[in-house]
Amino acid sequence: MNKTVNQKAWFFVLPVLILVAFNAIVPLMTVVNYSVQETFGDNVFFWAGITWFEDVLRSSRFHDAMGRQLFFTFTILAIEVPLGVIIALAMPRKGIWVSVCLVLMAMPLLIPWNVVGAMWNIFGLPEIGLLGKTLNTIGFDYNYTRQPGDAWFTLIMMDVWHWTSLVVLLAYAGLVSIPDAYYQAAKIDGASSWAIFRYIQLPKMKRVLTIAILLRFMDSFNIYTEPSVLTGGGPGNSTTLLSIDLVKIALGQFDLGPAAAMSLIYFLVILLMSWIFYTVMTRNEEQ
Amino acid sequence: MKRVSWLIPTVYIVFLMLPIYWLVSMSFKTTNEILGSFTLWPQNFTLDNYRVIFTDPTWYMGYVNSITYVTINTVLSVAVALPAAYAFSRYRFLGDKHLFFWLLTNRMAPAAVFALPFFQLYSAIGIFDTHLAVALAHTLFNIPLAVWILEGFMSGVPKQLDETAYVDGYSFPAFFVKIFIPTIAAGIGVAAFFCFMFSWVELLLAKTLTAVEAKPIAATMTKTASSSGYELGLLAAAGTLTIIPGAIVIWFVRNYIAKGFALGRV
Amino acid sequence: MARISLSSLKHSYLPNPSNDADWALKELNLNWDDGGAYALLGPSGCGKTTLLNIISGLLNPSHGKVLFGDDDVTGLPPEQRHIAQVFQFPVVYDTMTVYDNLAFPLRNRGVDEKTVGERVSEIAAMTDLTEMLGKRASGLTADGKQKISLGRGLVRTDVNAILFDEPLTVIDPHLKFQLRSKLKEIHQRTANTMIYVTHDQTEALTFADRVVVMNVGEVVQIGTPEELFETPHHTFVGHFIGSPGMNVIPCKIDNGKAVLSGVSVKTSNKAATDVKQAEIGVRPEFISFAKKGLEVQVTKVSDAGRFNIVDAILAGNPIKLLVPEGSPIPSETAHIELKADRTRIYCDGRLAGLEGAA
Repeated sequence: MNKTVNQKAWFFVLPVLILVAFNAIVPLMTVVNYSVQETFGDNVFFWAGITWFEDVLRSSRFHDAMGRQLFFTFTILAIEVPLGVIIALAMPRKGIWVSVCLVLMAMPLLIPWNVVGAMWNIFGLPEIGLLGKTLNTIGFDYNYTRQPGDAWFTLIMMDVWHWTSLVVLLAYAGLVSIPDAYYQAAKIDGASSWAIFRYIQLPKMKRVLTIAILLRFMDSFNIYTEPSVLTGGGPGNSTTLLSIDLVKIALGQFDLGPAAAMSLIYFLVILLMSWIFYTVMTRNEEQ
Repeated sequence: MKRVSWLIPTVYIVFLMLPIYWLVSMSFKTTNEILGSFTLWPQNFTLDNYRVIFTDPTWYMGYVNSITYVTINTVLSVAVALPAAYAFSRYRFLGDKHLFFWLLTNRMAPAAVFALPFFQLYSAIGIFDTHLAVALAHTLFNIPLAVWILEGFMSGVPKQLDETAYVDGYSFPAFFVKIFIPTIAAGIGVAAFFCFMFSWVELLLAKTLTAVEAKPIAATMTKTASSSGYELGLLAAAGTLTIIPGAIVIWFVRNYIAKGFALGRV
Repeated sequence: MARISLSSLKHSYLPNPSNDADWALKELNLNWDDGGAYALLGPSGCGKTTLLNIISGLLNPSHGKVLFGDDDVTGLPPEQRHIAQVFQFPVVYDTMTVYDNLAFPLRNRGVDEKTVGERVSEIAAMTDLTEMLGKRASGLTADGKQKISLGRGLVRTDVNAILFDEPLTVIDPHLKFQLRSKLKEIHQRTANTMIYVTHDQTEALTFADRVVVMNVGEVVQIGTPEELFETPHHTFVGHFIGSPGMNVIPCKIDNGKAVLSGVSVKTSNKAATDVKQAEIGVRPEFISFAKKGLEVQVTKVSDAGRFNIVDAILAGNPIKLLVPEGSPIPSETAHIELKADRTRIYCDGRLAGLEGAA
């Protein structure tokens, strides 16, 4: 669409600008402020330069949390994206069952995050949870509060349960936007199911899948409430992801300097990775 | 392949429903039954857990608080996002692309990073522990999303609509309210749905910015869970009740949901 | 390659069709000779596309059979029928190059790359795509994309028939003519059966050897362009084909003869005795002004180049006449003469004396 140049449009944007700037810039400045100062309480501050940044970047605690975070994010992306696409492909396209599927599938997305955590916490308990009891009954020694492997298994299951529907709904929206003529032409051309997927469905889903992956990437990097209710980062530190560690340092230990430095590094990592991914995915379109 | 394709969504939906079923079934059990034996459905069906929630103000006020700040947030976010989205979809102006991208970066910000600064900022201006504090904090994430969704829907409306209205003698405000808003009603519904969804499910900020007066139901649950030991039945009932508003909202937007999740721009 | 026959074919999109309107396609028996160039002509929504999709196998008819030669193919999917089809709106595979798009139907059938290369360059030359073969298909204009769709329809050598579903809708007018001539040329060269669906009579009459005219789910006449023009079997055909269309004037029947406001009119056919609704059909080309005869009131004259189109009222009904340029046109009251051998009686819309033969 041809847009006209109109500087007065700024007035339309002004309310948004004021609200978001108030919420983003003031707190962000506070964080930056803390990140370069040392305090011994009583509101006495000393200039600390980039000490905190160096400390955080060198600390094995941060490295471990970052490692766990990356492992978590890439695991859930590797499961949720293909799974979501497969489910979207198998969904009905017309009739009452579409609404039924969509409504039921969207349900996990609208449950408060701590309830999701609590639900899986109970669901997985070895004595009284359906999942825990079942696994133990059929012979697995499953206890997510004691064994790190089981904790990870539960954590990933929970995220798949919670968020795969987002990918399904996005992929489905991409699929239903493909006109019938494409499928008819493919049939006439003798295309196999795989060729239809590869040359029609996948290209048409590319845009929505980019959004899905971006959203899932950002949100999984920011995840806090569900794992903190489910495992609290344990057993030990085995499921302590970045946000959990950050809150432990900031609100638990009140080490504001390191927490602020860590926040900024964390935020920059997300921005950088999202930007790289977005640029790579959209560059092909412009060619 | 065609004949078994219904199996995949069915299995997936069963997988989704199992933990929910477990929570709901537990909410109808007595604490003794939950802890004492493993039962697939309530043996001694009881409504006691729900009775506690509906009679104890510390419980039911949690719902009132949550719904209050979610509503304020949704109205506020959509109201300010509408003109902004219109500007982005219709005009070019100095710095428009940078501004749009900057808005979206806020959507990427980890809530954990903002928890403490928000606490200090809102305490400083004296709105700590009010509904407004939570609603304002959530706008940081919801306004960018609402602008994004609405811009997508508005770009799908041909510009001729605006021009025709001006030719017909509408002033801009009259056109915007009487013609444009009804045209993109679906988009507004979808944007409101997303604002509702995020504000309803978020807990970290909501918990950090409230103490007593505006405490959300989700925070009541966690505090109760730790203070009164293991009242699982009560917890399950409270959890079950938090699912209901979401389910109602989904039902209303079910026809737009597929398009809405693609943020209006398939 | 084989002759295509449709036997007692009917189709409804509803599970339990009860009345006439529920049928998208009413019962029909039709043969398409091998190597023919057919046009399927009719207004929008008359069932043309339904019929086409049944032939190609995209749609299974609710009743009846589709035969290719002697083989019943009714249940077979499109890929086993050796049919090519081009759709109204361009379908291209966005991520592929133009070359790969054209090669796609061949590669899916396991044709070796050397043959693929030869066929693709041949077709690309025919459709003016040679220079774009290396480009991504998504970057082309609507014209270019539709040429790719056409090319994909033409590229296979094993086809029984090529079906075109209003393929030139999105093409610029001057290119339309060019591409249609090209298709005609390709038809003469390859002798493939081609069925061309359109609602545009010029397109149908210039492309096809035989035209199948459809209306509300029914085939009303099949014939060469001349036959359709000269002997319409149905008032619909007379009206739909020709510009302006045939005049259809309600009349009375007396002893098998047409009577218009008390005057007997000479016609080339006779009507049966029990007729509910009778009409006289005569093309504007075959009406001329005369000294005596039926009386008309001239209401309007419009210049159409080599002809003048005259609007007049005949016994309360509007009619049109074509008068060659230069001939005198009377004003107000005048008399006309209908060419007897081109004037026909239609009973209930159908040409009298021809019942059941449509």
